[in-house]
Amino acid sequence: MLDQIVFYFFATLAVISAVLVVTRRNVVQSAIFLITALLATAGIFLQLHAEFLFIVQVILYAGGIMVLFVFVIMLINMDVSLHQVQFNRQWWLGLLLALVLGAQLTVAIAVGRSGLPLGEPAPATALEPSTQLVGRVLFSEYMLPFEIASILLLVAMIGAVVMAKKKV
Amino acid sequence: MQTLINFVISIWVQLVCALVIVAVLPLVAGYIVLMERKVMADMQARLGPMRVGPHGLLQPIADAVKLLLKEDIIPDEADKGIFWIAPLISVTAGMLAMSALAIGPWFQIADLNVGLLFVVGIGALGIFGIVLGGWSSNSHYSLLGALRSAAQLVSYETAAGLAIVGALLLAGTLSTREIIETQEDYGVWFVFAAPVGFFIYVVASIAETNRAPFDLPEAESELVAGYMTEYSGFRWALYFLAEYTNMVVVASIATTLFLGGWLRPFAGTTAFNFLDGFPSLLMLVVAGYCFYRAPKQPVKIQKMFLVVVAGLFILVAAIFAAPLMAPAGSLVASAKPGLHGAFWFLLKVGLYLYLFMWLRFTFPRYRFDQLMRLGWQFLIPLSIVNVMGIGLALVLHRQLGWSHWTAFPLTTILTLVVAGMLASAGAKKDKEHAVVGEEA
Amino acid sequence: MMIPTSHYLFLSLGLFTIGVIGVVTRRNVIIILMSIELMLNAVNINLVAFSRLVGSAEGHVFAIFVITDAAAEAAVGLGIIIAFFRNRETLLGDEMDLLKW
Repeated sequence: MLDQIVFYFFATLAVISAVLVVTRRNVVQSAIFLITALLATAGIFLQLHAEFLFIVQVILYAGGIMVLFVFVIMLINMDVSLHQVQFNRQWWLGLLLALVLGAQLTVAIAVGRSGLPLGEPAPATALEPSTQLVGRVLFSEYMLPFEIASILLLVAMIGAVVMAKKKV
Repeated sequence: MQTLINFVISIWVQLVCALVIVAVLPLVAGYIVLMERKVMADMQARLGPMRVGPHGLLQPIADAVKLLLKEDIIPDEADKGIFWIAPLISVTAGMLAMSALAIGPWFQIADLNVGLLFVVGIGALGIFGIVLGGWSSNSHYSLLGALRSAAQLVSYETAAGLAIVGALLLAGTLSTREIIETQEDYGVWFVFAAPVGFFIYVVASIAETNRAPFDLPEAESELVAGYMTEYSGFRWALYFLAEYTNMVVVASIATTLFLGGWLRPFAGTTAFNFLDGFPSLLMLVVAGYCFYRAPKQPVKIQKMFLVVVAGLFILVAAIFAAPLMAPAGSLVASAKPGLHGAFWFLLKVGLYLYLFMWLRFTFPRYRFDQLMRLGWQFLIPLSIVNVMGIGLALVLHRQLGWSHWTAFPLTTILTLVVAGMLASAGAKKDKEHAVVGEEA
Repeated sequence: MMIPTSHYLFLSLGLFTIGVIGVVTRRNVIIILMSIELMLNAVNINLVAFSRLVGSAEGHVFAIFVITDAAAEAAVGLGIIIAFFRNRETLLGDEMDLLKW
């Protein structure tokens, strides 16, 4: 029962925050609601017993990426954008297409529920503690993607620094 | 309804701990401020607050009342919602981080599998409180102070995290309770196996909490008060509470990871069991000092207050001594781990905080570019080398069978050599910059 | 009583659709970037839910890589936005339509 309360609470919070991210006029308010949505997602990870991913989400996404976003928002003067039109001219087409996509996927999940055991809850067999499991798998089977990810981060760091410098 | 009641009954210990933290921590933070003022006075050869209550012991109460009654000024152009919520974010992050820490073997709200990372990560969410507070004040000083403070926090967070990783290699687990139990099994605190890591963590934690000598963002002569400039009255008190809560959290992490948590010095050896009497002895010494000072107070009510305080300390000493005197196996004797563990933990946290204050009143302030250079070009490379060094020591000890008396000191010396190289390279660059006259 | 996996999939779908709406509808480039982050989060929920269903750690590992890539992409994207803002003083996607002036 606690599981359900926690899941529905975080799910509602995530969806409401996401809607508010997309519709706010003030960019700082959008950023704050995105932080809330990310923390709600972290809560859902915790409810799925993925503790390591929960804390990685909090530290990296909410505590790292969002700090970057907030920094950039504060360094760029956004007052002009408060008075401009928020939605572009073809917003109705975009909305329609997104809803069609959503409907397609909803039907796919609803129909396919019986194929894979999607309608039933996950098996109760507990995985070993999340950190040990992820660490073991990450450093043995997925060592190559791990190294590639580190090179990717290096490239991104260099790229971001070069891009944001005043004189190249 | 019945399930709700059952649920609450099943977690009543955690609820009590949470209540104690939320209710007692502001009071404790107030008394840490008093401790800081008294220590500052001691190091400056004066007495500190002495008027409010005997020896200034009621000063925090007076301060709290004053802050609650002050006028609440909100700048005109400020974004009201964000202005309102920013101090709350800082305080919430600080207090939430306390929930995974084990203050004694019985006082822990949540023994998470990733406990230590949780504390570090949630503590890092306090950055938002600072940045949003500085931005919403709609003032240049606040915004600059906030951005500088956030940049400093982010830089030293990496160094602190890597220092923690070094010690976690020894611990093998992220759960705060199990780290202390591992130190009990090994018989040695991790500060002796990874002293360089402890040093890095001390320096990084001073920068993390914006304390001197890294307190440029909130120094009075620099940016008025940085991100706290436009906050007055209780909102400012919340920021202050958040800062001191962060100090307690950071000290608790260092105590858990490096200083053995709730373990008595030499917890394993029975030859040192006389150290179990130290808590009671300390309380009796303090009570004796209060009795000694009581006749010298000018006013009768202060005399009585000091006698009452002395009586309280004697009571606490008796509470600490009771489990030792009671026959083994009885209910009173089984309270020993909880009580004594909490005492040792709080003593270590208090000593760490005293170290913070000692450093504050000894060193001049770092300039911002010096601060960033220290973080990025000295501490982060050193912490990476520290992690490699501890890994090397573990390989030497576990795979190759070297004794830990040779493996760990060897890698510590190697890390110190690298530290020396980094420091001399940094000093050379400092001299170059001073000669040429430009900043980095 | 545990939560059926399809509930997680519907949640992930909802977040993904809201992210798509944000990307194709808003003009402000920073909000478009934030909507992309929402989409990546939705994918992460999906991955972790399936990982729990199957009982292996691959989903968790993939989710970690997704978070890493999101960080790299956000950093580079914001760098581009800052560079563009310095030149053209605009943050609206509609007005970023000329390569060289």
